[in-house]
Amino acid sequence: MAKFLLRRLANYVLLVFVATSFAYVLAATSLDARTYFESQTPRPDPAAVEMILTERNLNDNDPLAERYVRWLGGVVTGDLGLTVQGTSVNDDVQRRIGVTLRLIVLGAVIGSVSGVAIGAYAAVKQYKIFDRVSTVTAFVLLSIPTVVLAVILQIGAVMINDLLGMRLLLYSGEYSAGLQADWWGTLVDRLQHLILPTLSLALGQLAAYMRYQRNMMLDVLDADFVRTAMAKGLTRRVAMRRHALRTALIPVVTYFAFTFGVLMAGAIFTETIFAWHGMGELLVHSIAGNDINSVVAVAGFSAVCVLLAALASDVAYAWLDPRVRVS
Amino acid sequence: MTTTETGITAAADTVGADGPVLEVTDLHVTFPGEPDDVRAVRGVSYQLRKGEVLGIVGESGSGKSVTSLAVMGLLPEGAEVTGSVRLHGEELLGRSDEQLAKVRGKRIAMVFQDPLQALTPVYTVGDQIAEAVLIHSRRTKAQAWARAVELLKLVGIPNAEQRAKAFPHEFSGGMRQRVMIAMAIANDPDVIICDEPTTALDVTIQAQVLEVLKAAQRETGAAIVMITHDLGVIAGFVDRVLVMYAGRPVETGAVDDIYYRGRMPYTMGLLGSVPRLDLGERAPLVPIEGNPPSLTRLPPGCPFQPRCPLAIDACGEREPELVAVPGSDHQAACIRAGEIEANNWGVTDIYPVPEIPEDTIAQVPRADRQVVLDIEGLIKHHPLTKGVVFRRRVGTVYAVDGIDLEIREGETLGLVGESGCGKTTTLMEILELRRPARGRVVVLGRSTDRIGAGERMRVRRDLSVVFQDPMASLDPRMTAYDIIAEPLLAHNHPKDRLRSRVMELLDLVGLSAEYAGRYPQEFSGGQRQRIGIARALALEPKLVVLDEPVSALDVSIQAGIINLLEDLKARLRLSYLFVAHDLSVVRHIADRVAVMYLGKIVEQGEVDRVYGAPAHPYTQALLSAIPIPDPEKERGRSRILLSGDLPSPANPPSGCRFRTRCPKFLTLSEDERTACIDTEPPLRGIGDTDHGAACHYAEEREVV
Repeated sequence: MAKFLLRRLANYVLLVFVATSFAYVLAATSLDARTYFESQTPRPDPAAVEMILTERNLNDNDPLAERYVRWLGGVVTGDLGLTVQGTSVNDDVQRRIGVTLRLIVLGAVIGSVSGVAIGAYAAVKQYKIFDRVSTVTAFVLLSIPTVVLAVILQIGAVMINDLLGMRLLLYSGEYSAGLQADWWGTLVDRLQHLILPTLSLALGQLAAYMRYQRNMMLDVLDADFVRTAMAKGLTRRVAMRRHALRTALIPVVTYFAFTFGVLMAGAIFTETIFAWHGMGELLVHSIAGNDINSVVAVAGFSAVCVLLAALASDVAYAWLDPRVRVS
Repeated sequence: MTTTETGITAAADTVGADGPVLEVTDLHVTFPGEPDDVRAVRGVSYQLRKGEVLGIVGESGSGKSVTSLAVMGLLPEGAEVTGSVRLHGEELLGRSDEQLAKVRGKRIAMVFQDPLQALTPVYTVGDQIAEAVLIHSRRTKAQAWARAVELLKLVGIPNAEQRAKAFPHEFSGGMRQRVMIAMAIANDPDVIICDEPTTALDVTIQAQVLEVLKAAQRETGAAIVMITHDLGVIAGFVDRVLVMYAGRPVETGAVDDIYYRGRMPYTMGLLGSVPRLDLGERAPLVPIEGNPPSLTRLPPGCPFQPRCPLAIDACGEREPELVAVPGSDHQAACIRAGEIEANNWGVTDIYPVPEIPEDTIAQVPRADRQVVLDIEGLIKHHPLTKGVVFRRRVGTVYAVDGIDLEIREGETLGLVGESGCGKTTTLMEILELRRPARGRVVVLGRSTDRIGAGERMRVRRDLSVVFQDPMASLDPRMTAYDIIAEPLLAHNHPKDRLRSRVMELLDLVGLSAEYAGRYPQEFSGGQRQRIGIARALALEPKLVVLDEPVSALDVSIQAGIINLLEDLKARLRLSYLFVAHDLSVVRHIADRVAVMYLGKIVEQGEVDRVYGAPAHPYTQALLSAIPIPDPEKERGRSRILLSGDLPSPANPPSGCRFRTRCPKFLTLSEDERTACIDTEPPLRGIGDTDHGAACHYAEEREVV
């Protein structure tokens, strides 16, 4: 089991390397850092620009291989390079990584856990009212892109706030700027800001998990082993939980790795719409600003996240399914 | 007369104090549906006394399983159940799931049909048995685990302490069924319901499991309800029998009454349609024409009327009730039961016995007939590989390991063996018509290692196949006409004579021309298999390979297909290679038989010789494991029980492959055993016949 996971981990490290290298080559050949200087007034001296670009490892006149090796050398020692402005990418990433991680981890956990729970219950109550309502809801959610969903949530929040006559749900930024409060007040303020962006990410996840778990659960609902469990003297409810759900979870767990990529894409829009200064926002700004090293840093971050999710899937899979563990 | 009868009367006198353990009265189960409800069970009543074994027999769709699921309270939500189910006088119907859960597994336990699916794959077998113990008693986890190990020992799982920690997928089918039985007897139940407990198992494993069930009954003193379609299994096992048809009991009584003095034409037909292992002569089987009725729209009269040769107008008026045969507790639901009794009619008096034309080729001596299929030293090894990116060979599966077979014109060779013995691989090797890895396959004088593509296509005309599963082997998007016409089109049959040929073929297999436009799902299992046979015969082949052609069918339907195959063989001078695990069917249809074990032929010869005086210990065990639908004979038989399961074909034992399970090996002295361990026995002739057995110490013995 440990051997199996270690081998997987080694594969993933290799994949992260490959994915990030591709991202670098793509960014370095398609983005032009020079434009940043050309748009400045007064126009800086071209020779000076050349020098600055080379110094920041962004000069498209230097051979790509050379730039790549220099970049890689930095990454290996933990240095992600410099932005176009000459500041450290590391600083940016350090400031933003926590913001994004909070959003996607909460979104993934809330989305998957509640999606699995609702999907499993809907399967047990197949064609009953709960199942019908949850199915329709899931399809509606699945057909709305995250961008639109986020905006709808904002509009809804405004309506709720108006109705209550107070600012319950906040939809701009991560916390209220210049808030003077004790730690409790700070926590409440953070939560008020957190609810909507998390929800806009979690709902899409929830809908996907709901459908998938429902199908998997339906497959095992009439399985002989569930009948055996009931024949032993378990009530239907306990047999469902201990035998059916446990078995139906196995395929869903592998799904976690795949949906995580979608989640990351959603986070980019969510952060931009709710004005969170996270990695998603950084990606949008850095592409617009031809900031090669930042783009690659975000791409690398995504790769690490997706592959960590895959590793989490593997661990859960091995834990749930003895057939993997034993052989 | 027999002890069972006196036992029943004695118990009947003392209803009350020593009343029935389980009493089912007028049970009805309906599944609401569109447009019509499915009335799966319609008025089943039975009583089960302490320690009694009741067999419930019926074909698929007769409602036998639904009846027992209703008793257990395990029917899906939405099923409407009426009537009464009393356990020790307490009503079970209408109880909540919580209340029923206290009874299930504690006082009524159940063993299901398919052991491969019946255990939860993600828990160890020990945990699953311990769970059954924990639900119903206040024990600690350690105590429950100890009890689980004890139960595993009881049902004969070797090395129980270790095996309890294993997961279901590490057990073979037979071992899993033992685990199911251990689970069922965990709380000393009063009633054990066994729903086709051995149907999914090989015969030698079936014999083992039946022994375990008997031991379990001795241990717990429980009454058993044995549900099965196999009239052989229950003949020697049960005290009383209940025969079901279309959701109703049609005959019930002591086992001897049902088997020897049947009063309901359906029961009699069912018994007449089973091929018998113990009867040598080739009387045609008695098929029951038609199919069981649909349970959604039943006609008003007797549901068996459309298939019954004794039907009269009065049968269509109303459904007959179970009426007692005077002087016993034997009851039959037939308005002509009295007549059957009075005239002492047997099955052949009632049912028209089909005529199979005389097989003219049988008169030609075997040696003078053309060799249709000749296989010499055929070998098929599969590599065992590991890894996804870097595949490497870690072993070899010796699926077929050097076999010789020969089929002559007009002859049927039965190839028998348990699952995993390599019979299907052999068949696929023949059908491929490619050069085998080693050995030779010669079809009608043409060796497959030298033929080109065009020649191979021509050989295919002479060699066709009928598959096991009649549903899966017919394309659901093609009509019967298209299915039968397909081989003709592939081989450029003249277009103008296509239609007439298809109609001719339909007629040949006993289907009327109006069926041509229908799709496979509109046919019953037996009819589908007839389409499969028509397709196989389209190109007038010389040799037909039949891969378990009747094992997916009910016995009454199976009889019709077997008769059809025999009839076609005689009329069209076909040769058959008949692959099957059912030795009774093979005895009935085959001229010669080859017994396969772990990729080798262990015995081969004329059917009557091999069945009458088998010489290889494996053949002897196989034959003795098969139950005979004759209670008297069954009670007198002793089985040769094989220990353990089939070894993995990736790692066969040295020397004789059967020695690890061989009962004979155990009786040999140390010196005699060395031959078995060191050298592989060749197929050696016995006497001056071509009956051969691959055993160093072959000795003919009668076992049936």
